Amino acid sequence: MIGYLIGLPLFGAAFLLLGGRRTNKWGHLLATGLSASSFALGLKLFNDMLALPTEDRAMHQKLFSWIQVGGFNVDAGLLLDQLSICFVLLITGVGTLIHIYSIAYMSHDLDRRRFFAYLNLFISAMLLLVLGDSYLNLYVGWEGVGLASYLLIGFWNQKPAYATAAKKAFVMNRVGDMGLSFAIMISFVTFGAVSFSEIEKHAHHASTAALTAIGIMLLIAATGKSAQFPLQAWLGDAMAGPTPVSALIHAATMVTAGVYLITRSNFIFDLAPNAQTAVAVVGAITLLFGALVGTAKDDIKKALAASTMSQIGYMILGAGLGPAGYAFAIMHLLTHGFFKAGMFLGAGSVMHGMNDEVNMRKYGALRKFMPITAITFGLGYLAIIGVPPFAGFYSKDKLIEVALNAGGAKGYLLGGAALVGAAITAFYMSRVVILTFFSNKRWDDNAHPHESPILMWLPMAILAIGSVTSGFLFTNGDALQNWLAPVVASHAEHAEHSELLPPMTVSVIALTLVAIGVAIAVFKYRAESNPNTPENVSIFTRIARKDLMQDAFNEAVFMRPGQALTKSLVVVDESIIDGAVSGIGSAAVGSGQMLRKLQTGFVRSYAALMLVGIALLLLAIWVVTQ
Amino acid sequence: MNFVLENIGKTATPEAIQFYIMAPLAIAAAIGMLIVKKAVHSAILMAYVMLSLAFFYIAQDAPFLGIVQIVVYTGAVMMLFLFILMLVGVDSKDSLVETIKGIRFTAISASLGIGLLLVTLIGKATFGFPAVGLKSANADGNVQAIAYKLFSTYVWAFEVVSALLITAALGAMVLAHSQRVTPRATQRELAIRRFRGSSLNDAAGKPAPGVFARYNGVDVPALLPDGTPAVESINDTLKARGTVRDPREYALNEIANTEGEER
Amino acid sequence: MNPINYLYVASILFTIGAIGVVLRRNAIVVFMCVELMLNAANLAFVTFARINGNLEGQIVAFFTMVIAACEVVIGLAIIVTIYRSRRSASVDDASLLSR
Repeated sequence: MIGYLIGLPLFGAAFLLLGGRRTNKWGHLLATGLSASSFALGLKLFNDMLALPTEDRAMHQKLFSWIQVGGFNVDAGLLLDQLSICFVLLITGVGTLIHIYSIAYMSHDLDRRRFFAYLNLFISAMLLLVLGDSYLNLYVGWEGVGLASYLLIGFWNQKPAYATAAKKAFVMNRVGDMGLSFAIMISFVTFGAVSFSEIEKHAHHASTAALTAIGIMLLIAATGKSAQFPLQAWLGDAMAGPTPVSALIHAATMVTAGVYLITRSNFIFDLAPNAQTAVAVVGAITLLFGALVGTAKDDIKKALAASTMSQIGYMILGAGLGPAGYAFAIMHLLTHGFFKAGMFLGAGSVMHGMNDEVNMRKYGALRKFMPITAITFGLGYLAIIGVPPFAGFYSKDKLIEVALNAGGAKGYLLGGAALVGAAITAFYMSRVVILTFFSNKRWDDNAHPHESPILMWLPMAILAIGSVTSGFLFTNGDALQNWLAPVVASHAEHAEHSELLPPMTVSVIALTLVAIGVAIAVFKYRAESNPNTPENVSIFTRIARKDLMQDAFNEAVFMRPGQALTKSLVVVDESIIDGAVSGIGSAAVGSGQMLRKLQTGFVRSYAALMLVGIALLLLAIWVVTQ
Repeated sequence: MNFVLENIGKTATPEAIQFYIMAPLAIAAAIGMLIVKKAVHSAILMAYVMLSLAFFYIAQDAPFLGIVQIVVYTGAVMMLFLFILMLVGVDSKDSLVETIKGIRFTAISASLGIGLLLVTLIGKATFGFPAVGLKSANADGNVQAIAYKLFSTYVWAFEVVSALLITAALGAMVLAHSQRVTPRATQRELAIRRFRGSSLNDAAGKPAPGVFARYNGVDVPALLPDGTPAVESINDTLKARGTVRDPREYALNEIANTEGEER
Repeated sequence: MNPINYLYVASILFTIGAIGVVLRRNAIVVFMCVELMLNAANLAFVTFARINGNLEGQIVAFFTMVIAACEVVIGLAIIVTIYRSRRSASVDDASLLSR
């Protein structure tokens, strides 16, 4: 039964890709229908799971026996437990809404069928990722989403810049994938198996060094897929893809795969505290990085991408805080799926109305022309900055709390970073909203902003409802925490963690900082009327505009040495290896030339050579008989 | 004879004297064979070496072999060499200038090396027993002993070698045979050729050697009717040697005057 | 006197014959040097026969002589044939197998 979750969209993808142009007329409907049926199936499975007692909630399904090599046996198996069902519902639910949205958004595109095929492919791969019962099965889904991301970012590959962006995303993902490969290899060497259940059983037998190694490798994999520091450079460029892609893949689902991986591997990280600290530190760095970059971006999609990077930093930070933080990281992931996808769809709606213009400097006062978009976007905005009672308030504040309660200097640093990040988030998100929907009209005369069709604003509205209500629903009675506890906190010591500050104080501090951030943004941009990007800005703005020099750094440290290495290897190959091979040839020819001189044709020289031979023979006899 | 045969087995003083005189001479003759320019001189020196070897054989209790050496080698083989030398060019001189680079050095050094090594190895070799001598082997006489050995133990080799001899003779005949390319002209054809040739001047054939001769020296060329010496009338060997005389020395005065008046 | 001295003489004669084969250009003289080498070997055989006290060495020397005679016959016939067609008795002139 679980297999159908993956099978339905996969069938859709195959059918649409192989069917070709004949399916152009109804391909999108088929794809949306299959995605919706996956969601329905997911709901049914969730229903079944609710009815079961807590211990039996994990459902297994073995599809087929995959690898059997000596002592290494891996089955293609699926595991549906409390953690995966959350993701299943998120992926299929948000995915179906985005399918519906894309019917209208891509209606003018000739390749719409191919787009839907790739979307279905992505859905099935992501489902395989979260449903796999071993690291190897997860890896198949991992690679699948990487492939789908590449295909979708470079969907309009007529433009070389977009194709390059797709390549960049894929290559940086690949670096992360190496981490996952190494993690699988090390776990095979350490445990002899790669399935979650096996490793969980024997985790406490392994040495801390091995566990730390696996943890670091998994962290590298997560940074690649979730665009965390240091592999974060691809997310901004990935906005080259169509907006529904950015909404689905680079906001709600694929980039959260890293969080899923770390949460799923909680049994490893809980036993390797150094790796866990590394995870938290990476999360903290990234949330500040993304926030800083987001303050200077004028492209609405790139600003939202930087925001995604920052919010995932929060999630990774939460996942790096141990059993206390996993549930809140997942909660923030789910709420983020709602409001970020909603905001991306809103940005797509604004672009649709403004003739695909992405520069926010050319927007302004759009709330009068696109009311529904403005309202749904606004609700998502309130959620992300953490205003109660919206979703973000609950998840983000809980994360800040857990960070502060981590104890000692770690607690101060991480909690402080999270608070500062909240303030900056408030600033730049307010900047986006004000520049787009408020302030003064700055667009050209040939722009005719209009509201989007129902197929576009309906998904946005549904997601806005989610942004409003989901936080309360998840936190009511610690619902999500208790739901996930058997998976992420089953073996946690229930120690009395010290609370640095009471939760109410934390919320007050957070809200104050948020208010300050909003106030600064309002003050700065309330009456903005300059449609051009200002040039005389401070050095900090310039650096932030260049994504904190991430591309320059990557080029200088990795790309140029890599190219130099390749060039030198080519030189080595040509001169040394080819040289050696052709050198053998020339040596043969040369020695042949030299030996040719012996063929004088004179009998006497041959006789002389024979004499020399006899002399050597006698010399040998003399030496032997010494 | 008895004295000689009796003493042959012992390494007595007479043999030592013979050895110490003849051996250096033989070696000198061999070196001379290398150095002399004319091939005939080489052949003569070679014959001398063969003769010395015959003496060595006789001194070493091998009288049969010594006589065979003289008869076959010196008598037949060396004479054959001399005949062929005469055929091929008794006067042909080898220039001492070496045309192939480096071969003189290679050959001399390699050969000296061989010689030195051989001498050293022989010097180090020991038989483990003193020289036995052929006194007992030659008890019935050397020829009888050899005949006994030859026709019992080595009869098969003997027969094969005789077959080889016959083959060699046949081979020489085949090689020396020259086939006519054109059929032999009959007397009738020769006569026709004479009369139908370029001019009737040749109808009677050329004059026999000596018709125009005023002298019968082999080394003076014959004169053609117009007074020039005929190049073909002198032996090539003499020409090569350069011992050709000028015929005008022998001209009679009045003939010369007559020839001058007629012109 | 030690019969080994004859062996020394034989090896010296052999060496001289070897030099002659390589250094002389007239085919017939080369042939004569080859004969010299054969004769040196014969001398060695006869000396060994004397040292060992049996006639095997002399028999071998006898056969060597016969075979050398045959070889001379054929070899000289060949030289004459070559001389007839090529008008030269120099071994250097037969160098068509050069590079």
